[in-house]
Amino acid sequence: MIYLTPLLGGIMIGVAAMLMWYGYGRIMGMSSITSGVLWQQAAERRWRIIFIAAVIAGAFIVSKLMGVDSFAPIKSGWVWPIAAGLLVGFGTGVGSGCTSGHGICGIGRFSARSIIATCVFMASGIATVFLVRVLGA
Amino acid sequence: MRLVIVALSGLLFGGLALSGMTNPAKVVGFLDVFGQWDPSLMFVMGGALAVTIPLFFMSKKAQNTWFGDSLQWPSLTQIDRPLISGAVLFGIGWGIYGLCPGPAVASLWTMNAELISFVVAMVAGLSAAHFVKK
Repeated sequence: MIYLTPLLGGIMIGVAAMLMWYGYGRIMGMSSITSGVLWQQAAERRWRIIFIAAVIAGAFIVSKLMGVDSFAPIKSGWVWPIAAGLLVGFGTGVGSGCTSGHGICGIGRFSARSIIATCVFMASGIATVFLVRVLGA
Repeated sequence: MRLVIVALSGLLFGGLALSGMTNPAKVVGFLDVFGQWDPSLMFVMGGALAVTIPLFFMSKKAQNTWFGDSLQWPSLTQIDRPLISGAVLFGIGWGIYGLCPGPAVASLWTMNAELISFVVAMVAGLSAAHFVKK
């Protein structure tokens, strides 16, 4: 049962990616979509803003309907979210993708770049969690 | 009509709230392979890939979207330094706070102050990367 909601959520994400692909011809990657809102020309902004607004609305609806626990920080204070946010933003920007763009879409189309990137960020995340626990940070 | 599909895609992507990816404690548990490992989030990727692998494969022959626009296949193929170093940095941030870009943006509806600070910092990081890559 604890595997059912991740599976259902995963299928929804997969269908979302394919609607974006067959309907709009774009890769559904949250990091590049977010970055493009600021750094693409006006014509490229509209669909990105619509997508982001719909994602927020969708997450709200799903959380309320299914009674999902909403976001709760795992560390107190402001240093951690800001440091982590900078790393996630800069890393996904330089690395051209995140869990959705590389992990779901890139692996889905057997892109060597995305398969490698996903292995690297998974390994890096695993090493970080291990170090944080060992060092007690 | 195209943009209605984009909105529908976004609404469904909100399903990551159901998947557990918006719960940082769960994400860190998933990455804690050497501790009390919680493998359940593997099913998120499994469920998503079960949909995307066959459908991306089927789209290799079709050149166009349902509306006749061209499918914009990513053009980069080189495994280069930015790809690797970017992924390393992303993994560190993900491991520290348990948030990646999709779930961070999706959770904005909570108006949680720490989450908002994460997203603002993330946008700053994406912007810095945009200019570094230029």
